[in-house]
Amino acid sequence: MRFLNNMTLGQYVPVESLVHHLDPRCKIVGVLFCLVGVFMVKGPLGFLMWGLLFLLLVSASRVPARLVLSTVRPVWILVAFTAVIHLFFTRGEPLFSWGIVEITREGAVMAARMGLRLVLLVMYAGLLTLTTSPTELADGLESLFSPFRRFGFPAHELAMMMTIALRFIPTLLNETERIMKAQIARGAELERGGPLRRLRAFIPVLVPLFVIVFQRADDLATAMEARNYTGGEGRSRMHPLKWSVRDTTALLFSVIFSFAAVFLDGRALLP
Amino acid sequence: MTENCLVRFSGVSYTYPEAAAPAIADIDLKIASGEWIAVLGCNGSGKSTLAKHLNALLIPTQGDCFVNEFNTRGEDGKRSARRAVSMVFQNPENQIIAAVVEEDVAFGPENLGLSPEEIRARVSWALDVSGLGKMARKPVYALSGGQKQRLAVAGAIAQKPPCLVMDEATTMLDPRGRQDLMEVLSTLHSGGMTLVSITHRLEEILRCDRCIVLSGGRISWNGTPRELFLLGEELAMWGLEVPGMVKVWRELVQKGLLEAKIPPLMGEMVEALCR
Repeated sequence: MRFLNNMTLGQYVPVESLVHHLDPRCKIVGVLFCLVGVFMVKGPLGFLMWGLLFLLLVSASRVPARLVLSTVRPVWILVAFTAVIHLFFTRGEPLFSWGIVEITREGAVMAARMGLRLVLLVMYAGLLTLTTSPTELADGLESLFSPFRRFGFPAHELAMMMTIALRFIPTLLNETERIMKAQIARGAELERGGPLRRLRAFIPVLVPLFVIVFQRADDLATAMEARNYTGGEGRSRMHPLKWSVRDTTALLFSVIFSFAAVFLDGRALLP
Repeated sequence: MTENCLVRFSGVSYTYPEAAAPAIADIDLKIASGEWIAVLGCNGSGKSTLAKHLNALLIPTQGDCFVNEFNTRGEDGKRSARRAVSMVFQNPENQIIAAVVEEDVAFGPENLGLSPEEIRARVSWALDVSGLGKMARKPVYALSGGQKQRLAVAGAIAQKPPCLVMDEATTMLDPRGRQDLMEVLSTLHSGGMTLVSITHRLEEILRCDRCIVLSGGRISWNGTPRELFLLGEELAMWGLEVPGMVKVWRELVQKGLLEAKIPPLMGEMVEALCR
């Protein structure tokens, strides 16, 4: 059950820092460039550059490193699985073989590369949600998507859905834990047996969870209506988004850094 | 209709879709501006259904409900009711929309399309009144149950409504949280806000001006809290439990130790006992 406590993705840490004060649009687009850059580097120099930039950003954000690192925990199985698949199923120059199992040099490189990419990806995305409140994030996305509204794209609705989803992650995790404890107290064995048995044992947790989710959604909709919510039309903001020189600088930096990392990494790998 | 009448129910009945019997029936009620009124009744007596008519979350299936003299049936009336009456519900967890305290309080004023300066001023006022002034930037998940309910109150009053409805808002709170919330309500009431407390706890109505008892969807009784405590078996019949203090008072009256007409308010009771 401990995995529930480890879930920090989406939990905003409100502290005063340079990163927190950046415009959410700058952070979203900046992180997108970083993610593309992370996926385009192949060699140690590229990963080293992205790793160092990440450390720099974490120290500038003043978010405890422990929290940043813990964003990886919920996805470590995915990281391990991807790495293992690449390790065993990439053809090339053999390093080690035992029966039909063969590990190649290319496989080892690919496994390390994909593992690092995923870890960096999750940590960069995690840093975004740790330093940007769901409301700011939603405002940023709404503003970025607003040009598409004329084609009928529901920018505000999507942004509101995202705010609520992020806001309810901790609540629903607590709820899941509460139901699991209640089922265990009544003799359910959720953590024993093979994967199939565990999966089946989870059904009595999922059913009440779904009921609760729908009940909460209904209550929340009533509460929103009671607070005069009628959709995006005519809404104003307590903190209207303001793009400053600082944001332009930060965005330019992330774009230039992404190109530089990819370029230098490519050159270092040349024979 | 009196001049300062804020809400008026005229023969209001409401039947939920596919329900056989109405949840509330033939309700005639007036709520004056600045009044603190308690709506009492056991579970299923129709309290919450009645409350939801006050800000047009429900529209009567029969009869009419007027808020600020606008019938809630029309679009104008609905808008007027939403602006005039804010609601706080039982579970604070289900009415908090944003992840940061001040952002949640700002949700209502933002919906009203107010200027950023006005929103900031209202948020800071609402947080101060609710005793959350120092927690503006705190994440919501870090608040206690009592603080979350006070946040819900702050979110409701930030719209500066003339009337606030508390729909069993103290049910999930511990005694300390309840006490804190009652203090917040007293402050709001002394500032001229009309309050409607929906509850089944009689100890919470001591500060109210008037209370009405709902039973089976109908108003069974209407009067002051002191008059209510003078009632006997009716209270049990309506599913209401008499507060401990009132029970003590009754025993003392029966034993001839206190005069029969001493109203059961804490200060006066202590005074009477000391005498």
